[in-house]
Amino acid sequence: MSTQERASVNVQPAEAERIDRGAGNLKWRHFKGNILTVLGWFSIIFGLGTLLVLILDVLNRATGIFSGGQNWLTWEFFNNFDSRFAQRAGAKAAIVGTLYTISLTILFAFPLGVAAAIYLEEYATDNWFTRLVEINISNLAAVPSIIYGLLGLQVFARWLLFGRSILTGALTLALLVLPIIIVASRESIRAVPLSLRQASYALGATRWQTVWHVVLPQAVGGILTGSILAVSRAIGETAPLITIGALTFVPFLPRDIFDIFTVLPIQIFNWTSRPQDDFRSLAAAGILVLLAILLTINALAIYLRNRYQKRY
Amino acid sequence: MVMHDIARDNPNAIEARNMSVYYGSFRAVKSVSLAIEKNRITALIGPSGCGKSTVLRSFNRMNDLVPSARVEGEVLFHGENIYAPGVDPVNVRRRIGMVFQKPNPFPKSIYENVAYGPRINGWKLSKRQMDELVERSLRGAALWDEVKDKLNQNGLSLSGGQQQRLCIARALAVEPEVILMDEPCSALDPISTLKIEELMFELRKNYTIIIVTHNMQQASRASDYTAFFLMDSDRAGQLIEYGPTAQIFQNPKDERTEQYISGRFG
Repeated sequence: MSTQERASVNVQPAEAERIDRGAGNLKWRHFKGNILTVLGWFSIIFGLGTLLVLILDVLNRATGIFSGGQNWLTWEFFNNFDSRFAQRAGAKAAIVGTLYTISLTILFAFPLGVAAAIYLEEYATDNWFTRLVEINISNLAAVPSIIYGLLGLQVFARWLLFGRSILTGALTLALLVLPIIIVASRESIRAVPLSLRQASYALGATRWQTVWHVVLPQAVGGILTGSILAVSRAIGETAPLITIGALTFVPFLPRDIFDIFTVLPIQIFNWTSRPQDDFRSLAAAGILVLLAILLTINALAIYLRNRYQKRY
Repeated sequence: MVMHDIARDNPNAIEARNMSVYYGSFRAVKSVSLAIEKNRITALIGPSGCGKSTVLRSFNRMNDLVPSARVEGEVLFHGENIYAPGVDPVNVRRRIGMVFQKPNPFPKSIYENVAYGPRINGWKLSKRQMDELVERSLRGAALWDEVKDKLNQNGLSLSGGQQQRLCIARALAVEPEVILMDEPCSALDPISTLKIEELMFELRKNYTIIIVTHNMQQASRASDYTAFFLMDSDRAGQLIEYGPTAQIFQNPKDERTEQYISGRFG
């Protein structure tokens, strides 16, 4: 504060001056807020815009909808197996393989992940073992997926003799997404107010009754959101499945979960590396199908979440 | 249930004998001995941190939910120590209900809030019996007339005072003998507070009520007995004085009680 300013504080300023000073640098403060709004908008447009361009490009590539090229997303694409001729190639084995694998992955990972989260949040006491488990779960979420592939190869494919099967693939992917489900489920279980648990206990509820009737219904939204993220990750994974030996060329449907298989990301990856340009259009069609499957699963999860929460 | 009513004419609902409560190595409550008379309202008062809430929560083993908490001494309920080995805290809590500081209805319908307790306790009731129990409980909490036409609405749609009475109705539904109230009016406006106090006088006919309160007026006008707690130099809560409310407020024996109720500290 300069001497001049200090002097002006002592004398009682005029009414107008006081109002003015009370507002301070209001214009500048508003301006800063506006800058942030503009930056926020830019970020959203940048993110969504890139995504939109990408999807439109893939859509055009696959169906020729804008450029008038060949439509590759035909019945044959869904009903044919892979071929070395682009015109005859389809993704039947990959689509069925993906559906099989992802269903099994959800079946393994979801109950295990939620159960682990419930144990860690509601049952485990705070000791060195629990903390060790917690640290490891967080670390596992950051392990590169190919490492899980190596683990799956050794443990499921070799030791447990599941071979290059759908089962091996699903178990490996389940391990991969388990930490994501556990972390997300724990967060939403922790967010359930303690007061609700106390209310339940005070009425003579057991721990399990409290978890089942009070905690889980409150946490289910967050648990399902986390699980959507996890499944989205699993459905697009290529590296661990290549590691465990999923094939690229499979001219038949899997008979059971012990059969060899391929999945869409591997099929897409394979097509993009072929020299003929037509295969890249096929890859685009594969990407669209993969997106459609993913969005369907997500829509289902959101539907379940809303339906479950309406009970309240 | 291992607890039998050994002495039906026992005038006390709950009796603490040399009860100490620890959180880890910290002694929060030091050797409290306190006999709570049946069908009376007993107020626990004292400054913040004096352990009165801890004492209250020890009466139905809610402190068991705090991992580091430990209780020494005895708390007798129907002549038996609720901390004896083999006593199931779940059963203790069903018989000694609790109402909390902030109204905490479940995010379920009003009906389901009340029906929750009987359901989880495995009571086999027909639809009609359950309807009756819900109505009886809501009437008991003086809420029935306000909610009878909207039993399917979410409990959270009620006002704060109504929510707290819903929580009382919920506690009544499992037919407890004692109701512990942990500052039940601290989040409520004066009119809702008055309603709860009137309700407490009604409930006294059938239940024993123990209430923790910061509000001295509330303790003096709405309780039969008052226990005054204070923390000692180790920050452990101690029972300083206990007796009929009129005596505690008009003619306290201990100087510290006199100082506290006259508002000189706390």
